[in-house]
Amino acid sequence: MASILRAMNLGKQVESGGQPLVILHEVSFTVEPGDSLAILGASGSGKSTLLGLLAGLDVPSSGTVYLDGVDIFSFDEDERARLRGRLAGFVFQSFQLLPALTALENVMLPLELRGASDARDRATAALQRVGLVARLSHLPKHLSGGEQQRVAMARAFVVQPKILFADEPTGNLDAATGGQIIDLMLELNGAQGTTLILVTHDEALAQQCGRQLHLAAGRIVP
Amino acid sequence: MLRRDWRTGEWRVLLIALVLAVGSIATVGLFANRVGLALQQEATSLLGADLRLVATHPFPPSYRAAALQRGLRVVEVVTFPSMVVYGQQNVLAEIQAAEEGYPLRGKIHIDDGTPHVAQGIPAPGTVWADKRLLQRMGLQLGNEVAIGALHMRVAARVVRDVDQSVGFASFSPRVLINAADLPASGLIQPGSRISYRILFAGDSAQLADLRAWLKGRLLAGEKLEDVRDARPEIRTALERAEHFLGLAALTAVVLAGVAMALAASHFIMRHLDTCAMMRCLGATQAQVLRIFMVQFLLLGGFAILLGGLLGYAAQSALVQSIEAMREAALPPPGWLPLWQAAASGMALLFGFAFLPLWQLKRVPPLRVIRRELGMPPARTGLLYVSGAAVLSVLFLWQAGSLKLGLTVLAGLIAGMLLFGLLAWLAVRTLTWLPLRGSHAFANLARHGRTNALQIVALSLGGMALLLLTFVRADLLESWRSRMPPNAPNRFIVNIQPDQRAAINNFFTQQQLPAPQLFPMVRGRLIAINNHPISGNNYPEARARALVEREFNLSWSDQLPTDNALVQGAWWGQGASSVLSVEEGIAKTLGINMGDTLTYDVAGSSFSAQVVNLRKVQWDSMQVNFYVITAPDMMKDFPASYLTSFYLPADKAQASDALIKAFPNLLLIDTDAVIEQVRQIIAQIAKTMSAVFLFTLLSGLAVLYAALLATQDERIHQAAILRTLGADSRYLRRLHLTEFAVLGALSGLFAAAGGTLLGWVLAIKVLEIPYHSSALIWLVGVGGGIVTVTLAGWLATRRVAQMSPLQVLQSV
Repeated sequence: MASILRAMNLGKQVESGGQPLVILHEVSFTVEPGDSLAILGASGSGKSTLLGLLAGLDVPSSGTVYLDGVDIFSFDEDERARLRGRLAGFVFQSFQLLPALTALENVMLPLELRGASDARDRATAALQRVGLVARLSHLPKHLSGGEQQRVAMARAFVVQPKILFADEPTGNLDAATGGQIIDLMLELNGAQGTTLILVTHDEALAQQCGRQLHLAAGRIVP
Repeated sequence: MLRRDWRTGEWRVLLIALVLAVGSIATVGLFANRVGLALQQEATSLLGADLRLVATHPFPPSYRAAALQRGLRVVEVVTFPSMVVYGQQNVLAEIQAAEEGYPLRGKIHIDDGTPHVAQGIPAPGTVWADKRLLQRMGLQLGNEVAIGALHMRVAARVVRDVDQSVGFASFSPRVLINAADLPASGLIQPGSRISYRILFAGDSAQLADLRAWLKGRLLAGEKLEDVRDARPEIRTALERAEHFLGLAALTAVVLAGVAMALAASHFIMRHLDTCAMMRCLGATQAQVLRIFMVQFLLLGGFAILLGGLLGYAAQSALVQSIEAMREAALPPPGWLPLWQAAASGMALLFGFAFLPLWQLKRVPPLRVIRRELGMPPARTGLLYVSGAAVLSVLFLWQAGSLKLGLTVLAGLIAGMLLFGLLAWLAVRTLTWLPLRGSHAFANLARHGRTNALQIVALSLGGMALLLLTFVRADLLESWRSRMPPNAPNRFIVNIQPDQRAAINNFFTQQQLPAPQLFPMVRGRLIAINNHPISGNNYPEARARALVEREFNLSWSDQLPTDNALVQGAWWGQGASSVLSVEEGIAKTLGINMGDTLTYDVAGSSFSAQVVNLRKVQWDSMQVNFYVITAPDMMKDFPASYLTSFYLPADKAQASDALIKAFPNLLLIDTDAVIEQVRQIIAQIAKTMSAVFLFTLLSGLAVLYAALLATQDERIHQAAILRTLGADSRYLRRLHLTEFAVLGALSGLFAAAGGTLLGWVLAIKVLEIPYHSSALIWLVGVGGGIVTVTLAGWLATRRVAQMSPLQVLQSV
């Protein structure tokens, strides 16, 4: 079976105070469909940058990424956006819900982008699955952190993505709520066969994933 | 901290809004100041001075001494009627004997072989005569005429004179001589009908000082006139111009306020975190307040300096760019508009920023943990209240006229509330429309409150702009229609009752429309409600003068066509002992409806009751009367008739034929006066177009501030949408649809508000007829869509190019 995700010699370098600063060094690995991979590392190890590159949210200085067999950096940003829309879901540490939209509208958003006619029903169903059916018309600021992250999860899974990118999804939550979120994510991962790429610095959390990748100073370490 | 904030661009928005606010207020203020001074100068050329004193006796020497002591320039002029004799011909002319230095304001244009602006006055022994005299007597330059005991050479023809009043004093041809020739002429005799004038020119402080000195010293029969007293038609034009410039300045103030409000609330939103963090780190509320207050003061000072410079540069450029103004060599502006702009800037800054600052210090430190915690929501209303209060005060200040200020202010406040509600409803309604791009509509509706606020801001800006454009157009239209190309340019006075039929015949022969002849009797007001009155009853100089001299009274069955009743009703045929008074003079003399007025006419008197008050268009160049009675009372008094008519240039010889046929008639040529009024109006029209440009700039500042205020949210939204799979075409379509809808709604509301307020202003304040125009809707909606979409596209163009990861990580 073809790999869902393949990183090849991925590098990222930025200018900082006139000096080049290397964030990622020649990172290569592959992920098979349905796998769950945890990317671990201390703050500043480059794990969020790596996740952004894997999802095509930023452009590498060297190397490339194959997502579902496609070299995403041979595409322009618009083509990458369309590819993300087709394949990927996202969960962020700071939730990234649109503040002016209700919970339901936030979940409807990716469906509307695909032109789905039954967006409202499917979004309602997704919120039901994450236990928020009573909060449909609430704005994000009226939801707790855990609830906001569950809305973000519903938004990620409502399009049944082939791959889910999660950046410190429990970073802003207490241990108990974070645990619930991870359980929910793994459950959805199992139920829909979605590949999971999870960035975390929490070793215990990482152990719940099938594989772990350790980053230090922008390199994969054993 | 200011430096740090500057680097992140936090202050820039506020600074730009404030610089634009101060800049536009300063520009409009400085420009209006200069044009006002220029208009005043232009108008004073009609008087030949800034101020003049008129009397039927020589002035005490103390007047001249007092004026010279105050640094004013002074000349005296003596005017009297006298025969000018050439060969066998005699013509009654108005002789004007002037001192060196005349005129103090304006220029006399002469032709002594070559047309040019006269330097000085005629040399002793020579005269300058107007073309009517030359034509009538067949005189050539160099011929010698006799005036009294003098034999004088005609040295030049006067092409354009100053000091030509439309009153009935200057109906004869005019001859200008040197005052040095006067004693030898033998014409100044006891009993001669001589009018003495002393003219003053200087700066306004010197003039005010002289006025104060003269007040109380003036003798009976002495009348002080400045351009406003002397020339009702010029006064009307100047007052309209001041109203208009006030309106333009107001618009700049409102737009600046709106831009400031948007910038200030944007600033607060961006500083909530900083404040919360400072509070966490141990800063007291007072410390937080102090830090921001110092920053605001620094910012305000800098912005005011920059705005003032911008305003000064802009008005200079403006004056340079308008050819007529460059040639007119406008006087330099005074300092006052700059101080006003600076004070307005500070007031705006604190009006819109002080309460927000007060709120900033109240930011809960808990926000560091829970970012969604904002400010206590009830407090945000205060921002608008304090801003609106400051705006209102500035508004009334800039308007110069309480009525104008309150009308426009009330319109704006009503508009704001109504627009807010309508905008919110409109964006909500849009979501129900099953249209393509419905996601953009949904997006608009989801930001209902923010968008409603933006629509309100943009509509207000647009409304002010449309109002200015269309009220301006109406104003000009109304002037043009009042001063049509065939406005009367000749007056005929002293028509005897038995000449009326012959005059009508003469007009028919000359293929001119039959003139409307108005009867006229000279009478003096001697009692109101049977209480005898005299000049002493009135402290005001103008009122005193009106009581002390004879009025022109007329009678009629019908209301004159260009008059309008403001109170009471017109009388029917056969009415008796009733009269109609012009509202201005009624106010000046304290005459009310129902009062009984007693007039003395040639030694006998009559009384009648005031049954209506009229409004008269003094600038229409038609024959008009302060007082008109029912026909029965005056028919036994000796009356003469007068009329005004338009004489086309190609029929100018008809004047001479008329005078030859009816030697007793006095024919007055008002072409020159009309031309001067036209020039003033043209200058005002140019000013209006120019000031309008600045209001437009301020309007764009509002748009800019509105876009900046929502920029962060748009960037964030775009990053999330792109993460979720939206491509740049989708984002562009989303943004453009949003902007187009915002622009269309803003334009629609602006046109609606502009139409309504324009109507109120035209009818109630400027008192001109209002014509609604389909164009205002077209320009409003079309302009709104184009401007907002274009500006929006420019502002959000970069959004699609930013890396979504960077955006999301920065939030």
